[in-house]
Amino acid sequence: MSWQGRVLRVNLTLGEVTPEPLNMEWANDYIGERGLGTKYLWENMDPKVDAMSPDNVLIFATGPLTGTNASTSARYAVITKGPLTGAIACSNSGGKFGAELKYAGFDLLLVEGRSEKPVYLLIEGDEISLQSAEKVWGKSVWETDEWIKKQHHNPMLKIATIGVAGERGVRYAAIVNDLHRAAGRSGVGSVMGSKNLKAVAVRGTFGVRVKDPKRFMQVTNEMKNLLAKETGGLTKYGTNAMMDTMQEFGGLPTRNFQEVQFAGYDKVDARAMLKTDETGHRNLITNKACFGCTIACGRIAHIHKDHFTIQNRKEYWHASGGLEYETAFAFGPVIGVDDIDACTFAGYLMNEHGMDPISFGVTLAAAMELFEMGVITTDDTDGVPLNFGNAEALTVMSEKTGKQEGFGQVLGMGSRLMCQKYGHPELSMTVKGQEFAGYDSRALQGMGLGYATGNRGACHLKHDTFEVDMDDQSGEGKAEPCKSSQDWTAAVDSSGLCMFTMGAWGAPEFAEQLDAGCEGEWTAERLLESGERIWNLERMFNLAAGLTCADDTLPERLLKDPAPSGTAKGRVNELDKMLPEYYSLRGWSEQGEPMPQTLTRLGLD
Amino acid sequence: MHRSLHIEPSLCTGCLQCELACSFEHEGEFNPARSRIRVFEFEHGKTSVPYTCTQCVEAWCLKACPTGAIYVDSDLGAKLVSAQACVGCKACTTACPFGTIEFNPISGKVDKCDLCNGDPQCVAACPTDAITYLDAGATGVGRMQAFAEQNVKGVSS
Repeated sequence: MSWQGRVLRVNLTLGEVTPEPLNMEWANDYIGERGLGTKYLWENMDPKVDAMSPDNVLIFATGPLTGTNASTSARYAVITKGPLTGAIACSNSGGKFGAELKYAGFDLLLVEGRSEKPVYLLIEGDEISLQSAEKVWGKSVWETDEWIKKQHHNPMLKIATIGVAGERGVRYAAIVNDLHRAAGRSGVGSVMGSKNLKAVAVRGTFGVRVKDPKRFMQVTNEMKNLLAKETGGLTKYGTNAMMDTMQEFGGLPTRNFQEVQFAGYDKVDARAMLKTDETGHRNLITNKACFGCTIACGRIAHIHKDHFTIQNRKEYWHASGGLEYETAFAFGPVIGVDDIDACTFAGYLMNEHGMDPISFGVTLAAAMELFEMGVITTDDTDGVPLNFGNAEALTVMSEKTGKQEGFGQVLGMGSRLMCQKYGHPELSMTVKGQEFAGYDSRALQGMGLGYATGNRGACHLKHDTFEVDMDDQSGEGKAEPCKSSQDWTAAVDSSGLCMFTMGAWGAPEFAEQLDAGCEGEWTAERLLESGERIWNLERMFNLAAGLTCADDTLPERLLKDPAPSGTAKGRVNELDKMLPEYYSLRGWSEQGEPMPQTLTRLGLD
Repeated sequence: MHRSLHIEPSLCTGCLQCELACSFEHEGEFNPARSRIRVFEFEHGKTSVPYTCTQCVEAWCLKACPTGAIYVDSDLGAKLVSAQACVGCKACTTACPFGTIEFNPISGKVDKCDLCNGDPQCVAACPTDAITYLDAGATGVGRMQAFAEQNVKGVSS
């Protein structure tokens, strides 16, 4: 309690599925989800193997609180070696799939090998099998979801699947569950495709039990009340409320990070989504919760039927997942587009074909800069002018990339390889090959340090220096909050709950819920120490994979070209000052390697 | 006073806290598959609709039961299932036009909403008041009021 105590090992080469007991010693040290998945990955593969080879291992991991009534208990993570970065990949997702996996009696799925032919994994109670996916190979996420449910006459199945992007090697393909929630980043869907695994379909009927039910109910109810007081803005506006904050602050990456403010921001922000136009159309239909979540920051939107994108395509005249901040940033400011319907449609296409919107948008931004420089022309881009601000280029290229047609094959390489191909690696806005999220490192210094040291490459979700960055635009004193929030976020992720609770719940609040629900004694100190252990194990994986301290860096644009406007006007990122302090705080050598005493302290030696 | 569960789908976010609370109350574990209330989603989550037993006055499940296992709690108006008397024949599941009495393959009996002894846990768990427990004679009042308000606005504008 509240782990189910079982792991499902799936060997695709042999076509075998084998339940095995969960290693509780590892659960005690790594909690669950991200942490426990990392430990299983570390113990089951050689970090040096090619990410797209059968020797890579793909793990779906739930946390101990996943599937309980603690608020935001939806989360699961996919952990593997990422093809975009060559580093550890860890993408988590909400929706309903994660909880269903837990109800199927498994804390973790471990997928190894490669199937000769396309298959999907079916878990219906205690009946587990690999089924032929040949009829849905080449089909979209949405078609696959529908087909599998019909095939088994079971509308209650929860499905995580890849689209065509994952089958055809787009390096940032996502795994999409419940139609529009995704383990989006680092190409976890590409790994799934390389294994010829189309989908995982689960129906679970086993309950999740907690250690002290009475105390657990009392604690989780108190925590929900606390959460409700702090998260009203997220419920009403969603994460896209951030657009206005970043615009005002001057941290909104615009036109491939050439600028930090975007004139058209208010056409794609949260208020634009809420506005009813002269025809009576409003982009946002309603807000939407993931499993167990009392915040409900998710957006359900629809596109104006007269918009050029869907005017003649009735199949898109339905509601679906709407813009969140990162999608709005990646289809808006960073490519200079201010058309909310085009952005929403591109979001649909990402979910339908299974791709990471952040990596796609920032890769397109680099292609647009190459186009405006004249390095590529319409001869390269299937006749589509890739100028900044061209909404049609966004939607056409989204579809071409999703289906791997024409110039979409180039965009599918990701920004690093694409910019190398055209001889302009400096235009790639990436760390370790993964594209940045919507926060500029010159305005948000600690965010820049977090990007540079991110174990999965540039990522805004694995540390939280937001408040200190907003308070002070210098690099002074950012190493400590970056390091400690990295550790803390690792613990939060590993619990199975969502990091959007972190504004309301600190370590004691998480510890209390874990302690009431789960075997063993859970204190804030133990959680923080587990988080640090997890961070260091991810780092060890990357070092073993061949990454070095040279990979802990930012593109020259952020280190040398000053922010042209905003509150950080004239600043560059001060990584050279922050990084040595960060290594020292971590107990790492100047080469960024954990020192023996650090490993001993964390039980990693 | 007889009270009824009142469901307002437009307020439902699809979080399933009601299913979690229901299964916890009745089974002592979190298990939506054993919940007596279920939330259905339509059009990519555009609408989420909680659904459960409406406690029909002339209850078809009760009439269909060959062993008299379904009886009325006169205080609450709830139709309850006697686990001793239920033989798991599933006649009630066929009789109920709403599908809200379900066979439980683990116990071999049927499960349905029992209104939690007058303190429905789905209501307590719902974060948006999409599920409320109201005077059975006044479940339409909220909607009437909303339409009345629109009407007033129409007149004054």
